[in-house]
Amino acid sequence: MSKQVKQLDRVIIRFAGDSGDGMQLTGDRFTAETAAFGNDLSTLPNFPAEIRAPQGTMAGVSSFQVHFADHDILTPGDAPDVLVAMNPAALRANLKDVPRGSTIIVDTHDFGARNLAKAGYTEDPLEDGTLDPYNLHAVDLTTLTVEAIKELGLSRKDASRAKNMFALGLLSWMYGRPTELTLEFLSTRFGAKPVLRDANITAFHTGWNYGETTEAFAVRYEIKPAEMAAGRYRNITGNAALSYGLIAASQQSGLPLFLGAYPITPASEVLHELSKHKSFGVTTFQAEDEIAGVGAALGASFGGALGVTTTSGPGVSLKSETIGLAVMLELPLLVCDIQRGGPSTGLPTKTEQSDLLQAMFGRNGEAPVPVVAPQSPVDCFDAAIEAARIAITYRTPVIVLSDGYLANGSEPWQLPDVADLPVIDPAFEVSDPSANADTGEPFQPYARDPETLARPWALPGTPGLMHRIGGLEKKDGTGEISYDPDNHDLMVRARQAKVDAVADALPDTIVDDPDGDARLLVLGWGSTYGPIGAGVRRVRRDGLKVAQVHVRHLNPLPRDLGDILARYERVVVPEMNLGQLAMLVRAKYLVDARSHTQVHGLPFKAAGLAEVLREHLRDLGDVPPANTDPEQPGRKSPATTPDVIA
Amino acid sequence: MTAVDLPFPDTDLSRDGLAGVPTTDEPQNRKEYTSDQEVRWCPGCGDYAVLTAVQGFLPDLRLKRENIVFVSGIGCSSRFPYYLDTYGMHSIHGRAPAIATGLAITRPDLSTWVVTGDGDALSIGGNHLIHALRRNVNLTILLFNNRIYGLTKGQYSPTSETGKVTKSTPAGSVDTPFNPVSLALGAEATFVARTVDNDRKHLTAVLSAAAAHRGTSLVEIFQNCPIFNDGAFEAFKGKGAAESALIPLEHGHAIRFGPDGSRGVARDTATGGVRVVGVGGDDGIDESDLLVHDAHADDPTTAFALSRLTDAGVLTQAPIGIFRQVERPTYDDLTRQQIDTATGTSGRGDLAALLAGKDTWAVGEPRG
Repeated sequence: MSKQVKQLDRVIIRFAGDSGDGMQLTGDRFTAETAAFGNDLSTLPNFPAEIRAPQGTMAGVSSFQVHFADHDILTPGDAPDVLVAMNPAALRANLKDVPRGSTIIVDTHDFGARNLAKAGYTEDPLEDGTLDPYNLHAVDLTTLTVEAIKELGLSRKDASRAKNMFALGLLSWMYGRPTELTLEFLSTRFGAKPVLRDANITAFHTGWNYGETTEAFAVRYEIKPAEMAAGRYRNITGNAALSYGLIAASQQSGLPLFLGAYPITPASEVLHELSKHKSFGVTTFQAEDEIAGVGAALGASFGGALGVTTTSGPGVSLKSETIGLAVMLELPLLVCDIQRGGPSTGLPTKTEQSDLLQAMFGRNGEAPVPVVAPQSPVDCFDAAIEAARIAITYRTPVIVLSDGYLANGSEPWQLPDVADLPVIDPAFEVSDPSANADTGEPFQPYARDPETLARPWALPGTPGLMHRIGGLEKKDGTGEISYDPDNHDLMVRARQAKVDAVADALPDTIVDDPDGDARLLVLGWGSTYGPIGAGVRRVRRDGLKVAQVHVRHLNPLPRDLGDILARYERVVVPEMNLGQLAMLVRAKYLVDARSHTQVHGLPFKAAGLAEVLREHLRDLGDVPPANTDPEQPGRKSPATTPDVIA
Repeated sequence: MTAVDLPFPDTDLSRDGLAGVPTTDEPQNRKEYTSDQEVRWCPGCGDYAVLTAVQGFLPDLRLKRENIVFVSGIGCSSRFPYYLDTYGMHSIHGRAPAIATGLAITRPDLSTWVVTGDGDALSIGGNHLIHALRRNVNLTILLFNNRIYGLTKGQYSPTSETGKVTKSTPAGSVDTPFNPVSLALGAEATFVARTVDNDRKHLTAVLSAAAAHRGTSLVEIFQNCPIFNDGAFEAFKGKGAAESALIPLEHGHAIRFGPDGSRGVARDTATGGVRVVGVGGDDGIDESDLLVHDAHADDPTTAFALSRLTDAGVLTQAPIGIFRQVERPTYDDLTRQQIDTATGTSGRGDLAALLAGKDTWAVGEPRG
């Protein structure tokens, strides 16, 4: 039968199921197909901290949202146009996010009384009218899968596990995704187990064919490839990009990469990734604890490696004393904090930006540390290189503030030309062969470069430069222990001045203010870049003016930031914390920055931010025209409205 | 989950703790190893004797001085690196083994030493110590045990005897002390020794063996604190006293001590451990029934039994010497070997290929 084909400019799909249903894998594969097809995309995995929470419960629901479009997009999307729910709990946990009129595909197999009760349903939502406002496809995916592969002789339980590939096949058909990559992936993944390989491939084909042959699915959708700059692309997550950035920084500086790390969510993928790349001279050390991870990294730095530790907020707390030691030793060290919900153990698998003040101030004494925050998954690559540049050039620990959203989210990456990557010169101190050991001046390990204020980095093994460093206060120049009051005052200020000097070499801040006459500025940092940018686009489509600045260097802040903030009547700072950057800019620039905060463990939604900005604009007297936001309630057919928005 | 057999690293390397560290033919002397810093320990501190012994012994290693690094934690003994004219780091409390581990893994051309104390290594840094020992990183750890917190002015330490009255325990400490040698053996250490601050010859011999051992060498040094715990090792001071109280362990020799070798150590069949016995005479056992010390035994059981001859309370007797010295591949050699193998089989990594990964797509002219 011939199917109708509808053109769409963008779609948001959310796959949801039990933790054991393979939803992350399904989402990953759909994303890979979408990337290969050439759409722009952005993803949001969302999963519980428990590896296998009780089956069928709300606590065990895992989901993966992918937003793809024929144009440049900034976020994984606010609300799904299509929800795939593999059980009652997945439906119940996600239904509140699904706008009326959207498509819901439900695997009806587990909608018996027991599983309905586990999910907290007293009535069957498939029967009681709950889903009437939606375009519902109720299909027993599990039974269809089991039937399709029964000849392979798998147990019913094992056979049913391929149902996620049925769902992937169905969705791949609906959105015209290329299938080669998935088939290749399944062949490789299950190469050693041909029965499972055949089961999964058959399930995938069956799902595809189900869409093609069943009358229930009357429409296919076409989302044209996005216009992107010419070049070679791949899809990448933030944690992978960060790992590659660290390897690139190692290559570009000539310093062997040493990672000291203790497993912690959501940073462990960096340890896993780097441990695979020994052929780049990468050493990964899984330490006995967070303190040993950073300690070993600092020891490696002392010996001339690029010492790195990766962690999340609770780990940074434990590493604080060693970061303070690195401040005192003035040695390069990278501390990558993949932030998660806090305090304490908090929300291990959810995102938050609440470690900014910990990164800034979470040490004893005056212990300034440069802080760099990537703004998108892809940007984690460049942020890692930039952090390494600062650490090596200025001989200082640097904290990189990524977060769970960037770490696990993915987007297309235009591959950089390796030849264009910046070169980082470690400028080791070398022995002066002409110096006479008896009469020459002793080596001054705490002399300072007049421009960067960095001290010399003399590696063990260098003749004639033997010296001792440590956590006790250093005498200016010689580095000897000194308790002298004036020297301490000098050294505290020197360490601060050195970190402040990082700002001297930073480029001008980019102010996105198309007409240059906006009165409202929205200031952000880190992973809120996408949602803020999408919110700003919406407001501008209303004909309103709003400027956007996104800071990458949190410490030191850019030299021109104070002047920029002063140019605007109002500054609003959206953050996934209780106003940490807002506090910093208020303190530093005496600007009346308005904080907008949210700590849901999930990224901001563009629509919500747009409304916040409109509110501020109304307050300033900039009245928007009638509401034209297509995602407000009342929108008829979200998946088919052709509009270009983020 | 699977496990793979790791190839044993290069055998010459795996047996010499100083292999890979550049040597020199230039004669060295103690003065060259003495930094220009004023030594600031209390008069009479046992640390002086250890410093002198180390400064005197390092020239014998004939290593390039710039390839020696001392890393310490916090405490009186941890000031040690400042007084040696080598590379050094005075780090933070308890963390020296972790820091030294990172250095040793990345720099096989360095002779890496850790200087620590009973509080530093066994209290705040206990975790790092046991993990360094089990990993068998190529480090030499000097654990100065004065059984007291000196730098913070006299609180009991994790090796202080139960009941010890200190500033923080006016009614007597209720803590059970660690036996550092027992602890190290339990942590899978490959080299465990004990020596005393006032016997330079013994100290030097033990340090030489420790430096030559490839892997983590732990040397406990009984060290007197004349200010806050004076007399803790009084039982061992003076020739006669030492002879009666110190039980010397020498590989391949029967364990015998006391005036005229009148005492010794034998198996205790009742407990499975060892016990001190009289030798010869009417009450003593026959010399041939004494335990012959085997420091190279794979099984650490007897070494552990010997470590238990150390009093947990006020010291009246203790074995000294090398309890255990066995070969096991080191963490750092194995780690570097994996990197070398990866580089050897697939060549030095190609960054552009890494960044591209397996799934890329090309965008040519903009599509519309």
